[in-house]
Amino acid sequence: MDKTTILVGYASCGIAAGAREVRALLEAKVAENGAAAVVKQTGCLGVCYDEPIVEVHDAKGRWVYRKVNERKAERIFAEHVLGGRPVEGFLFHELSASGREPSHYVLKRQERIALANSGVIDPECIDDYLAKDGYQALRKVLTTMTRDEALQVVIDSGLRGRGGAGFPTGQKWSFCKKTPGTEKYLVCNADEGDPGAFMDRNLLEGDPHAVLEGMAIAAYVIGASHGYVYARAEYPLAIRRLRIAIDQMRQRGFLGEKILGTDFAFDIKLKEGAGAFVCGEETALFASIEGERGMPRIRPPFPAEAGLWGKPTNNNNVETYANVPWIIRHGAAAYRAFGTEKSAGTKVFSLAGKIERGGLVEVPMGIPLRDVIFDIGGGIPKKKAFKAVQMGGPSGGCLPASLLDTPVDYESITATGAIMGSGGMVVMDEHTCMVEVARFFLGFTQRESCGKCTFCRLGTLRMLEVLDRICEGEGRQGDIEELQELASQIKGASLCGLGQTAPNPVLTTLKYFREEYEAHIRDKRCPAGVCKPLITFHIKADDCSGCGACKKACPSDCITGAKGEPHEIALDDCIKCGSCRDVCPTGAVYTR
Amino acid sequence: MDANTSQLLELIRPFKGQTGATIPVLQAIQTNVGYLPPESFALIEQEMGIPASKAYGVATFYAQFRTTPVGKHLIKVCDGTACHVKGAVNILTAIRDYLHLADADTTEDRVFTVQVVACLGCCSLAPVMMVGETTYGSLSLEKTREILDSYRAGEV
Repeated sequence: MDKTTILVGYASCGIAAGAREVRALLEAKVAENGAAAVVKQTGCLGVCYDEPIVEVHDAKGRWVYRKVNERKAERIFAEHVLGGRPVEGFLFHELSASGREPSHYVLKRQERIALANSGVIDPECIDDYLAKDGYQALRKVLTTMTRDEALQVVIDSGLRGRGGAGFPTGQKWSFCKKTPGTEKYLVCNADEGDPGAFMDRNLLEGDPHAVLEGMAIAAYVIGASHGYVYARAEYPLAIRRLRIAIDQMRQRGFLGEKILGTDFAFDIKLKEGAGAFVCGEETALFASIEGERGMPRIRPPFPAEAGLWGKPTNNNNVETYANVPWIIRHGAAAYRAFGTEKSAGTKVFSLAGKIERGGLVEVPMGIPLRDVIFDIGGGIPKKKAFKAVQMGGPSGGCLPASLLDTPVDYESITATGAIMGSGGMVVMDEHTCMVEVARFFLGFTQRESCGKCTFCRLGTLRMLEVLDRICEGEGRQGDIEELQELASQIKGASLCGLGQTAPNPVLTTLKYFREEYEAHIRDKRCPAGVCKPLITFHIKADDCSGCGACKKACPSDCITGAKGEPHEIALDDCIKCGSCRDVCPTGAVYTR
Repeated sequence: MDANTSQLLELIRPFKGQTGATIPVLQAIQTNVGYLPPESFALIEQEMGIPASKAYGVATFYAQFRTTPVGKHLIKVCDGTACHVKGAVNILTAIRDYLHLADADTTEDRVFTVQVVACLGCCSLAPVMMVGETTYGSLSLEKTREILDSYRAGEV
């Protein structure tokens, strides 16, 4: 009989949800019982909201279990692995047995190219990758295509930079290819800095070889012999898996001299970042690799002429490289079959915030925002109202409900004032204050400004001071105009993308939620009930069932009331944390 | 030569002569010592020829580096966008209250240090914190206190 395979979703999200304990238990059980089963790890399927995920592959098919804990794992082992009977109650039915059929609500709208192997293969096992046509694309370009032919496929595919700016990838490669010189560098930006996005972490943890294969192909095209992956130090598991993958590549002859028996030589080094958002800017990233403070340089010269160590350099994002092997294997037309004319292919998005099914999705470009958030993401929890979706992180903007039909492509999103960005979507509900969100982002960019340009260094601080004042209830007439004035100056007088886009969260919230700013400034009121100096918490006696949930949750013990009777909040002791509102089953807690 | 200096020298020497090694050498020291002791910079200059001023400039530029010692358990509270809209600030306040931290970030007994970080990349489990190498997701105020209780209990 074939061995049963037990797959444990073992990316950072799964581990945080308890996959480590589950895996240890399953491994111990298999060993203890001498079971004809093997426990393997895999990356993230993208259904982070149901982690930890455990799959059992047996003679009858593929069974996916959701929200597995040690207790459930014990039963799965005893009843399914040993007994051969799947534990019905724990199954993720829509994903099970029939495999990943597009019948499932999460997956039916998705097209998986970059994420094809994530949650399927063991990311630390190169043979798993090879079994999925891994390194076939590299073999194809090295043995059957000229550099120009390979470049043409990437140009024709319409692939654009997935890091945020959306510059055509093939064109970028052609600049660097054209630059004369024998020493060229290839860089992969894996310094995912947008706070609220985790596409790259998942790709690196789930399928590092796809990214590295894409890099090797790019290196062949532009004629680079040295590569760097600049990875975020906050992602220890991604770094570990990259390191393992690079070693495996070297052992199997996909890196080093005479790759696959050809004259192509290429090697990849891993550099750990040290935590600086500005290093998403490529010239700052190069400075960081060189051991300097991550400060951007003036362009021109462009990196294609003088980048890392002053040599011609090509830099792309993780997801961009991850698409390349698929494009080479299937051809430009197959890739173009997805997406829109100007935004070809698919895009990975991370869904987080006030959303029912937070996780990672890959959809064809051009799909309406509404479909991503409501059909795939399941909408807003607890029947709350959708208020905004934040796209593009600190460089992006907040889009209101009236723009939910916007197609997700580079041009359409940019037209709204937000940006596509790297793919982070943070959903906000009625209890999110848009002024406070704008302050949050300005606080972030102000801290992360490298300090080189005065308008970015000081302008963001001045904007933050105004926003602080508004949130504290000390807003003044003229504050909105001052924010707009500062925003245009910062945008115009900053050298790099950080400063040029830093005011976007303020500008988009002003554009779409201006009345919320006015409520803070004029009426000293926070309509969302977030800005503490402007609100007090109360319980509506008519709606209160007296269940005591709020009393139990209150960290300052300021809620009183007998069981079954309406409760009350002692305002003097209330710290306005909102815990009572979060737990109230009847929605009786409100702010004014 | 005291024990500290010889440990630092041992950590610095492998990077001698390497290009672009400023960040890696600082990372090596911090990983092993827990922070960057002040004497590190002069030793880096002496061994690697990188001016102490430059190494210090790099150390203070990046969020990862610390020039003061941390407690036994480093608590990283995520305040990325997703965690922020799901109440990270309340979690942080609860942790600081629990540990009786007024202005300092490290408890007097040097058992806990609290640090706010931009994003741990576990946004779908927000709000999130890390204690040492362990990540905890879907935090509530109550759950956060229970986790801290468990670490406190381990100290008794």
